[in-house]
Amino acid sequence: MIITRPRDWTRITDNLASIDAKGVFLMGCGQCATVAHTGGEKEVLQTKAVLEQAGYTVTGWAVGEVTCHLGGTKLESRKHHEDIEAADAVLVLACGAGVQTVADAVSKPVFPGLESVFLGNVIRHGVFEERCQMCGDCVLDLTAGICPVTTCPKGLLNGPCGGMWDGKCEVLQDRECAHVRIQRRLKEQGRGGTLGVLPPKDFSTKLKPGAVNLRDKKGGDRP
Amino acid sequence: MSRFREALECGEFVVTSEVAPPLGTDLSAMRRAVETIGPHCHALNVTDNQGATLHLSSLAASRVVLEMGYEPIFQQTCRDRNRLALQSDLLAAWTLGLRNLLAVTGDDPRSGDHPHAKGVFDLDSTQLATIAAGMNGGHDMLGRELDGATDFFIGGAMFPEAEPWDIQLVRAQRKVEAGMRFFQTQAIFDMAKLERAVEALRPMGVKVIAGVLLLRSPRVIDFINRRLAGLMVPEHIADRIRGADDVAEESIALATEQVREIRQIADGVHIMSLGLDSAVGRILETKDS
Ligand code: SF4
Ligand code: SF4
Repeated sequence: MIITRPRDWTRITDNLASIDAKGVFLMGCGQCATVAHTGGEKEVLQTKAVLEQAGYTVTGWAVGEVTCHLGGTKLESRKHHEDIEAADAVLVLACGAGVQTVADAVSKPVFPGLESVFLGNVIRHGVFEERCQMCGDCVLDLTAGICPVTTCPKGLLNGPCGGMWDGKCEVLQDRECAHVRIQRRLKEQGRGGTLGVLPPKDFSTKLKPGAVNLRDKKGGDRP
Repeated sequence: MSRFREALECGEFVVTSEVAPPLGTDLSAMRRAVETIGPHCHALNVTDNQGATLHLSSLAASRVVLEMGYEPIFQQTCRDRNRLALQSDLLAAWTLGLRNLLAVTGDDPRSGDHPHAKGVFDLDSTQLATIAAGMNGGHDMLGRELDGATDFFIGGAMFPEAEPWDIQLVRAQRKVEAGMRFFQTQAIFDMAKLERAVEALRPMGVKVIAGVLLLRSPRVIDFINRRLAGLMVPEHIADRIRGADDVAEESIALATEQVREIRQIADGVHIMSLGLDSAVGRILETKDS
């Protein structure tokens, strides 16, 4: 899921002040931002209270089912048409994809209420870790299911680097070196010799902006 | 051919040390350092934004060392340049007369003076060595023929004291397969571990140049121990330095003993003097010092 964190409050109020906004409509997200406790119903209502305390009028609020879904978000905005029209701005408590979807669905100025930080694994309730950067050229087959692109702070395919000490990472010293973990797991699985020198990565698979259209060629690139 | 390479390949015990280019355009301090330590060394490493902090480029500074009549080891880190820039600088280095290359990963920008920089790491040191070796064979990383090849003497870094050793050893082997012919190690404090490394690596056809770091002040010890998470400077050595009446003198005495031991074990020594350049001659016990 997409991990978000609250955006610096003064940046939000500066944004609202920049267009002299007094009335605000709030939009949350029922998916990732709800799980991340940043843009679910609870957080939307908390934000509403804070805004009102600061003298803003909250004209209405909604929590879109999947705010990054354009069709759903258009539908949701239509339901709240009057409240949105009454507002000067829409503040979105969702990831950047959700913010842009809302911006496409409504005509009012839209501002981000969260910072989008990474694609996260939910380790347990409230604990998230970045394990994949969606590089489009996955090497997990060779690295025993541990991603060096993401979990090695330098993103090295071949490691450990010269800073590894006692199995620990040089950059994040409280963590194990990703390459030590990879080598150990490969060994445990009897695949010790399978990881030679990995060649330079193909970064063209990650060129921006990514786009997939399953309607093309009757189902996209799948075999 | 590089004199440094010749010496190593003849089995001579080599001495290297390092100089840092300036933060700015005034090269006089670097020149003074080169004049002081150069005469004791077969080659001098010229660092590349060491510690992820901004300095004049290793490429230009290596050329300065060469023009002063000494042999540079051009250091290239993977932190600041992508594969296009790295290859382009390799070609430039060769045309500038630089013959020795040290391919290293580089410290993360988070630990340097530009913590907001994007660490490039388009390649890692092994991949960089592979590419440099390819250029020696007359082609770029895509296999296209070069209009004029290189013939670098390629080396890398290794850390004989870092555990787990089995993983370090495999790593070193891959680096040799990639074309590295010499290793310059990080500071050695445990000679038994150096011996273990040399014994394992020599049969692979790679030379091991052991690092000696001048522990010129207790602050240096604290810095190393803090930055490297583990206890890199063993207690007995730290105590010896901290308890000395004249810390600088004691560190020189210690380094001198280490060099003597390393002469019996490795193929060379790499002195990191941390600015105490005038001590390098004494540490090496060369006649004219
Ligand atoms: S290699 Fe890592 S970043 Fe790339 S797709 Fe696989 S898990 Fe994700
Ligand atoms: S110690 Fe390991 S995980 Fe950390 S930066 Fe180096 S190679 Fe990557």
